[in-house]
Amino acid sequence: MTTHLHNGHTPSESDGFPCDFFEHGHWYDQHYPNQLAGCLSTHQATGGDINEALSTLWYHDHRVDFTSQNVYKGLAGFYLLFNEFDTGDESTGFHFPSFPQFDIPMVLADKVFDEEGRLAFDLFNLDGILGDRYTVNGKIQPFFQVHPRRYRFRWLNVGPSRFYELFLTNRDDPRARNPFWLIANDGNVRPAPLQIESVQIGVAERVDVIVDFSEFPAGTSLYLENRLKQIDGRGPLPPPDNILPPGTGNLLMRFDVVLPPISEGSQDPATILKYYDQPDATEPPRAIRTFKFDRLNGQWSINGQFMDCETTRFRVQKNSVEHWVLTNLSGDWTHPIHIHFEEHQIVSRNRIGPTPFDVCRKDVTRLRQDERVELFFRFRDFVGRYPLHCHNTVHEDHAMMLRWEITESGDAILVP
Amino acid sequence: MSRMTRREWLARPAIASALGGVLTAASSTAKTASNALTPRERIRARHFPNVPLRTHDGKAVRFYDDLIKGRIVTINVMYATCEGICPSITANLVKVQKLLGTRVGRDIFMYSITIKPKEDTPSVLRDYITTHGIGPGWTYVTGEADDVELLRRKLGFTNPNPKLDQDTSQHIGNVRYGNEPLMLWAACPAQADPEWIVKSISWVIRPEPRTTISPTKGAST
Repeated sequence: MTTHLHNGHTPSESDGFPCDFFEHGHWYDQHYPNQLAGCLSTHQATGGDINEALSTLWYHDHRVDFTSQNVYKGLAGFYLLFNEFDTGDESTGFHFPSFPQFDIPMVLADKVFDEEGRLAFDLFNLDGILGDRYTVNGKIQPFFQVHPRRYRFRWLNVGPSRFYELFLTNRDDPRARNPFWLIANDGNVRPAPLQIESVQIGVAERVDVIVDFSEFPAGTSLYLENRLKQIDGRGPLPPPDNILPPGTGNLLMRFDVVLPPISEGSQDPATILKYYDQPDATEPPRAIRTFKFDRLNGQWSINGQFMDCETTRFRVQKNSVEHWVLTNLSGDWTHPIHIHFEEHQIVSRNRIGPTPFDVCRKDVTRLRQDERVELFFRFRDFVGRYPLHCHNTVHEDHAMMLRWEITESGDAILVP
Repeated sequence: MSRMTRREWLARPAIASALGGVLTAASSTAKTASNALTPRERIRARHFPNVPLRTHDGKAVRFYDDLIKGRIVTINVMYATCEGICPSITANLVKVQKLLGTRVGRDIFMYSITIKPKEDTPSVLRDYITTHGIGPGWTYVTGEADDVELLRRKLGFTNPNPKLDQDTSQHIGNVRYGNEPLMLWAACPAQADPEWIVKSISWVIRPEPRTTISPTKGAST
């Protein structure tokens, strides 16, 4: 196995590179400096750019060819970072609900159990694996009793292959809209909170939300419900007919508003105009590179090539700006694309500028059917090798990955 | 609607299973919990039907008992008249065989299964082996069409698009590699760099026994 700290601004040797795995009986110490991006370059004086602060990270096995089965068995966990704004204490900073009482991390994973009740995994699947049982933090459809106040939930989809669109559903009033606040994408606190009624989350993505249970009468039960239709590993069905009616989707868990009223110290997101500044993404790129994601005879390719630990496909110049254009050529498939080390911003989808939802910092971007997504990167501080891959863990195990490097000089290979 | 109890939840049929696309874990040979299958037996029940096959030498074999059991193997699918990716896959795997040297047939067993078993008789497969310079330790197998189709499905050489799945020229181009007793199974593209394929296969070979814990990373790879 090899342990990757997902979205860590981590030097290459401690990144958990897929090919740096070690065997049973061995171990490997990782060094996680937990430094902000820009610490050795654009923002040396302040120890990095606070607007690139990281909050909800996770770690998981990344062993090349074996990631899907290892993560499925449970090798995944949260890694939370706090700072002077996202403090974990609702009386300070951004006044987010306090950790851990009102700030609850939740790992979403769909599983298959065999007739003996044991976890089952299809070792010979190439396309993606869907479970028919929904677990939250390892329990099938649990419930959680809450006070009538605000909570922060950190939802993480560990896959292996399912995409969710999450709603809060009151089965006694299924047509009621139950909005909540999106405060972070992929663990990165947004420029401002965004009120939403649902949120999509692909494999490896995280969303942090604030739900205010004081808006519901005592005794109300709300279900965390996935209403996105997906019937196999290819990805969700395309819009517009891919959302199930309220109450008929996958019920992941239940919140029961049954605990007594309690003091509220967190700030109402409706009163907040700004968290962090969105980092500037207008600097012209040194290179615009193109990546085409395709399926070739049941194998997964990037620009017609397969994963090879030994081959560096291109080199980025340290402390430079690049645009990467991700294009999905694989027909019905959706691919959650993850790029290690440096976050990205979505410049456009199919040449249309970002939606309010996409104005944020990301480390996984869902590449939907027939989609072309352009990303902005600023590679800073370290040199070394990193992977780019599909985070449908079955696809990444079947070669939809490449190795690239950050070097002092970089190269000009535009279709790596 | 009133709130569902936990018990009702668990009893509720899941949407996904009704729509298909989920792993079929059921096995007719499953035993009760007190007499449960071991993990190795469960993998065998799900993926390695013990179907009768015939090798390129004309020898009658059973897939699990004679080809897979207790072995480190590679498996790919092909057919003799395939003009798409097959020639390059075969040429690539010949390089893999050469790199593995004398370990093929001794430590590692290579198998190619025809997906056109009616055309690919043992003698056709023998000609294919001669034409492509395939050495000993790499066995080509054919069989009854239903048995080969079952094997293809159980080993996952399938496409979720039914039209593409029936188009043999679009067949899956992976080479599976695995260590049956250690239950280590993975795959890599058969057109990948031969040295890379060899390295991948070497990862599932049981490492030498160790007497001390090494502080170095990935020590033996």
